[in-house]
Amino acid sequence: MSTVPRFWRHIPQRYNLVGTHCKNCDEYYFPPRTICPTCRREARMEDHKFGGEGKVVTYTTIYNATDDFKRQTPYNLAIIELAEGPRLTGQVICSPSDIEIGMRVRPVFRILGRDGDRGIIYYGTKFVPA
Amino acid sequence: MRSVSIIGAGCTKFGERWDDSLRDLVVETGIMALEDANVSGEEIDGLYVGNMSGGQFVSQEHIGALISDCAGLSRLHVPSTRVEAACASGGLALRQGVLAVASGYSDVVIAAGVEKMTDVTGGVAADALAAAADREWECFFGATFPALYAMIARLHIHRYGTTREQLAAVAVKNHQNGCNNPISQYQMEITIDDVLRSPLVADPLRVLDCSPITDGAAAVVLAPTEMARKFSDGPIRILAAAQASDTLALHDRRDITTLDATVSASRKAFDMSGIEVKDVDLAEVHDAFTIGEIVAIEDLGFVEKGEGGRAVIEGVTAIGGDIPVNTSGGLKACGHPVGATGIKQAYEMVLQLRGEAGKRQVEGAEVGLTHNVAGAAGRR
Repeated sequence: MSTVPRFWRHIPQRYNLVGTHCKNCDEYYFPPRTICPTCRREARMEDHKFGGEGKVVTYTTIYNATDDFKRQTPYNLAIIELAEGPRLTGQVICSPSDIEIGMRVRPVFRILGRDGDRGIIYYGTKFVPA
Repeated sequence: MRSVSIIGAGCTKFGERWDDSLRDLVVETGIMALEDANVSGEEIDGLYVGNMSGGQFVSQEHIGALISDCAGLSRLHVPSTRVEAACASGGLALRQGVLAVASGYSDVVIAAGVEKMTDVTGGVAADALAAAADREWECFFGATFPALYAMIARLHIHRYGTTREQLAAVAVKNHQNGCNNPISQYQMEITIDDVLRSPLVADPLRVLDCSPITDGAAAVVLAPTEMARKFSDGPIRILAAAQASDTLALHDRRDITTLDATVSASRKAFDMSGIEVKDVDLAEVHDAFTIGEIVAIEDLGFVEKGEGGRAVIEGVTAIGGDIPVNTSGGLKACGHPVGATGIKQAYEMVLQLRGEAGKRQVEGAEVGLTHNVAGAAGRR
């Protein structure tokens, strides 16, 4: 079981999809990066709030999960490409038979999980068909 | 840099070794390797051990000192270093050993790997393995290791027309090979239908697409090639050992169906060794999941991108085919004690290149390649 700071320090990113934008090369990053892998020491990073609209690059439906996610099975997990370009991993809420590569999705605020039986409930972004 | 050779090798039986602890496995394999190399404790200059997660699997860290102690080397104060790179811990331990000998800093070095995985339940083991992925930005949202490889498989199917049967053919071939390997966890043949009827883990991957949870340990003894004949009648020269890395998270990769780290490491290894891909007689590759072997044979250059599935089902990678892959049974059938896997691959290559692989021997094998991946990235 983890302490609360482990969850709260990522609240801006997980609740509101705040990532970074490098003003030097105009590339967007989510999750936020401190160092731009393209510009490195020349990077000029600023926060950027992503809209969250994107499309499914690839996906799976998970039937056998770790203990923390067992009660959610089966659930869809996808790599989603945001409109600004970066990709992230997230759950897509829909029937396993409805998800497909290229499908457009939008973000929703949801419970993501629980840290064991007595740990904190944590929240963040999942996706639904747009 | 000096040329380095393997002068001895050992590997425990892989499987669910309920009666044996991590310590027992290390001692068992250490004795085998040292007897094979005919090396005494006083001659050992260093020890590298690959271990992914003693902390999570048996609540034990400081594996370097533990191994040295168990091996009876504590009074000699031999420097012992644990190497961690998730499922490639063994491969990296071997490379660290090669660097130590090649540099001239050490002469006789042991490179070992060990993982004791069955002292925890399946869910705990799955979570420990998920630590090789991005805990904050993949696992936090419910990603598991099979799920990441399933997403590679899904896109490979979509883009290249790879079929479910082709994926299954990897498992079928590796189980056949495992039947002829006494150390293999599974000693049973399976059919394509068996794979397709096994329960879904992460669609499209099923139970029989996945490597198992395994206990096991392996060790090789390294020495400068110029000294190797002093110890062994059949030393195996290491022509190159290359390593590369990539983004931790799968979603940040340039191409989800290519492991650029495999491409980079294999190019480096071919450059260093001066051999070409066509010169390779057999390979042990990282088939933690069936799609892993298909992507590996493409990224190593044995077949064109997108042709991996077809090559497997047509028998190109079977013993007797153009490029036999995973003669040991691979991670799929031989088992995958994560920290030991990279060393077990080297052990299999030693047997093959000495001509001691029995029923699974690749006739006339002279050049072998091993490929060990961590996370959802390679070495040779």
